[in-house]
Amino acid sequence: METALAIVSGSMVAGGIYLLLSQNLVRILFGLIMLSNAVNLVIFTAGGLTHTKPALIEVGRSVPGTAVANALPQALILTAIVIGFALLVFMFVLFYRSYESLGTIDTRQMTKSAPEKPHATDTTTARQEAGS
Amino acid sequence: MKEHPAHDPSTIYWPGRLSALLPLLLFIGAAFQVPEIQKNGALAMAFDWVPSLNVRFDVVLDGLSLLFVLIITGIGFLVTIYADAYLAGHRQINRFFVYLQSFLLSMVGLVLSNNLILLFVFWELTTLFSFLLIGFQNESATARDSARQALLVTGGGGLLLLVGILLIGDVTGTYAISELQGHTERLHRDARYLPILICLLAGAFTKSAQFPFHFWLPNAMAAPTPVSAFLHSATMVKAGIYLLARLHPIMGGTTAWMTTLVVVGAVTALWGAVVAMAKTDLKSVLAHTTIMALGIMTMFLGGRTTPALTAAITFLLVHALYKSSLFMVVGSIDHQTGTRELAEIGGIGRRMPFTAAAALMAALSMAGFPLFLGFIGKEIMYKGALTEDVFPGLATTAALLSNALMAAVAATVALRPFWGRETPKALTAREAPWAIWFGPLVVGAIGLGFGLIPDWVSRWLVEPAVRAFHATGEDITLKLFYGFNYPLLLSVITMTLGAVFYLARQWLRRTLVRFLTAVPMTMEKVYDGGVKATLAIAKWQTRRLQNGSLFQYLTVIIGTTVIGVGGALLHAGTIRVGWSGPPVPVWLGLLLVCMLVGIGIVVRTRSRLLAICGLGVIGTGMAVIFLTYGAPDVGLTQLLVETLTLIFAAIVLLRLPPIERHHRPGFSRMALSLLVAVGSGALVTGLMMAVQHTEVDRTITAFYEQASYLKAHGRNIVNVILVDFRSLDTLGEIIVVAASALSALALIRGKRSSS
Amino acid sequence: MTSVILKTATRLVGALVLVLSIYLLWRGHHAPGGGFIAALVAATGFALVVLAEGPGVVRRGLRIRPQYLIGAGLALSMGAGLVGMIRQQPFLTGVWWPSTSAVAGTPLFFDTGVFLVVLGAILTVLLALEES
Repeated sequence: METALAIVSGSMVAGGIYLLLSQNLVRILFGLIMLSNAVNLVIFTAGGLTHTKPALIEVGRSVPGTAVANALPQALILTAIVIGFALLVFMFVLFYRSYESLGTIDTRQMTKSAPEKPHATDTTTARQEAGS
Repeated sequence: MKEHPAHDPSTIYWPGRLSALLPLLLFIGAAFQVPEIQKNGALAMAFDWVPSLNVRFDVVLDGLSLLFVLIITGIGFLVTIYADAYLAGHRQINRFFVYLQSFLLSMVGLVLSNNLILLFVFWELTTLFSFLLIGFQNESATARDSARQALLVTGGGGLLLLVGILLIGDVTGTYAISELQGHTERLHRDARYLPILICLLAGAFTKSAQFPFHFWLPNAMAAPTPVSAFLHSATMVKAGIYLLARLHPIMGGTTAWMTTLVVVGAVTALWGAVVAMAKTDLKSVLAHTTIMALGIMTMFLGGRTTPALTAAITFLLVHALYKSSLFMVVGSIDHQTGTRELAEIGGIGRRMPFTAAAALMAALSMAGFPLFLGFIGKEIMYKGALTEDVFPGLATTAALLSNALMAAVAATVALRPFWGRETPKALTAREAPWAIWFGPLVVGAIGLGFGLIPDWVSRWLVEPAVRAFHATGEDITLKLFYGFNYPLLLSVITMTLGAVFYLARQWLRRTLVRFLTAVPMTMEKVYDGGVKATLAIAKWQTRRLQNGSLFQYLTVIIGTTVIGVGGALLHAGTIRVGWSGPPVPVWLGLLLVCMLVGIGIVVRTRSRLLAICGLGVIGTGMAVIFLTYGAPDVGLTQLLVETLTLIFAAIVLLRLPPIERHHRPGFSRMALSLLVAVGSGALVTGLMMAVQHTEVDRTITAFYEQASYLKAHGRNIVNVILVDFRSLDTLGEIIVVAASALSALALIRGKRSSS
Repeated sequence: MTSVILKTATRLVGALVLVLSIYLLWRGHHAPGGGFIAALVAATGFALVVLAEGPGVVRRGLRIRPQYLIGAGLALSMGAGLVGMIRQQPFLTGVWWPSTSAVAGTPLFFDTGVFLVVLGAILTVLLALEES
């Protein structure tokens, strides 16, 4: 099973990176979603899949009676999913706003339409007082 | 460069005036320690600061520190009063005093530090505040450039100093200055002695404006005059001298030390004196004589005899007194007449009697007239120069010529503007407010008073300072008159030469200006070239690497990761191909195939709806995997997030234009994307294959399983980890969530206000 | 989406979902659930109402701005951490009442804070996006 998941998560990473390299903001967004899912799957698989009982302690016991699933990566992934979602929502808004103000979702055109910054003036030679 | 304060009647003065109490109280406090230090040598205090790095907040007040503290706080107090009147009406006057007093505290910290790391921290702080003070008139490009130059030169030296300090720690195992004295032998024999010496001297020479790093100091005169009087003559530039004196018993005494210090000091002194004669701007003249004085001090610290070291310390005190006084006098002239050009000022002595008196006293001390402290300084100087181990001839000649030129400069600076014919500018001059002439007058008078009681000065100030870094049984007493000997003869020659130089000053200046313009290569040009080259390289690499193409950034970053990590992985050879672990149930296998199809759809399709469906398949598939392998919480979260993602996608994506067909990238770009994507996918798969053959370390999990109910009263171990065991992580996480939501809100709101 | 049936249904479902989310929050310490899941469930419920009836209904129903939920949640979570400090223990150390049977404790308050932050964050962006 681990090997199968290794192939699936590798494919998700490949697909996510490929989308990330696109010029289209929407495809980049899809790539981000896929990539964050892939990472979660990687962590989950790395934690081991041997035990399939949920990490719960039955009523009447004070420690798990039988071997249970590894709770530590689960806790990591749970927060990662929520953080990933919060950042994803931010990205949604960011891309939506950039489309509104720049009128394009093509990253190459966005670079072109960004306002040029005036070059900082070079003042090294402005020194007048004579030192030696 | 005139300093016209931007007048603002609403300026509040009391914080700046109140800040004068800081140096005053410190001065009084330090003065009370004088008898104690004279008797017992040193006071120490320490507490741990960064114990893991063997850094202690370790301060020692000994004779050398005490002399510095008295100079810093005493002149600091007078300069504060002076600056309050000098910068009256400047709208940022309070900011000025914040910088000034912060500098003062850093400088005091520097001379009290007994730990080299601590010393370095204060060293850099003085550089920083010097930068802020030079650039105080930040609307002037000259001030900004000069501030940056001083920062780069002294800051660069500071970094080398840090290297030297760390090397010392490496060789000896300690950073405490008082302990280092026991390691002198080991340091001198170590192969790293020379690198250490070079690094330390680089720090000291840049800070104390030694040739060839001297050029920043005249430019630093872009600072308001109180700053020049305080930092760039009396205190900060002496930090390098202080360091040399402090390290003298540890690093000094070798041929390398003596040769470098004597030669560099002599060259600096002569160069400073020569350029000073050629200048006509009063402030610039004083700046160059400061370079000269610093060179003299360095030269004498190169020696190891008692007279040489006494000469260095005596001259340090003499110079601090007369030079700060003269700077304040020049500031006063500038303030009252609006010019600092020698030719434009003459005969203002009658109109500005107090300023004139201060100038006269300081100048007589500078010229080394009998009865003034400067005379005693000069006598001991010749005594010291004659006893130098290396190049006594060079040292004596340098001292003689510098002193003679100094006498001529003193006459030019302090006599010419006040006596003689009145120039048009002088006619309108009036005496400055008391706060402006008070400081220079007091300091000048001290120069005279100290000259009358040399044995008192040597017993309470100079001798403890010298003994702090030079263990000797020899008598250290300053006398007004040592009898008829070589030093006296040299003094007479100095005076005669000085008079000749003064009388021939017009011719001398013309000749020197011609000579100086003929010098083809100056360090300042090297510096300017370096700055320009750095900017050019920065521009070039920004154009190449930061060209704004997301595609390029990502391919470089991801490609580097794939090659680096993948190479290491292949090198380690831990990937074992082959199925392992429990077999895949058929229905799960079908699910995984569905997920693979989903990935293919998302990558291939140009339809947003289809892509969202594909992502849904992937996300749901993951949720099923989580639920199957014992992670109900994660599975639920995954499902819910899938739903919410769908909702947000529905709201946002439908407002974006569809993915158009004609945006197909070119072949090479597509090929590169594919290569990077497949490479990173293969890397992840390979890593996971390597991981599955290692035993999962469950010690932390085992602890959580044991403690979850018994200690944290929860049966859901995952939830207990989140809200109890690792709740600080969760707290950090919800802060991220909050920040991300508020940023998104700001983005949406921003649109509303702009449209 | 102006169908009367949908409106009525979403109101009903929305209310049920909210109750469910609070139940999930409450039982989270012992069974699958907890602040994150509960918040996501509640947010889904609110999102349904937003899609069906527009953001105004939810804003009126909430009475306070959703941003305040974020602030309240952060304050509650940090406050829960401070309780331990009063007892001279490190920040975020769990404290239980009564200490033997552990009916209620600071982790529950902490989890409620998590719930409020995540719910508030999602609602903040959702409502703002819908209104823009």
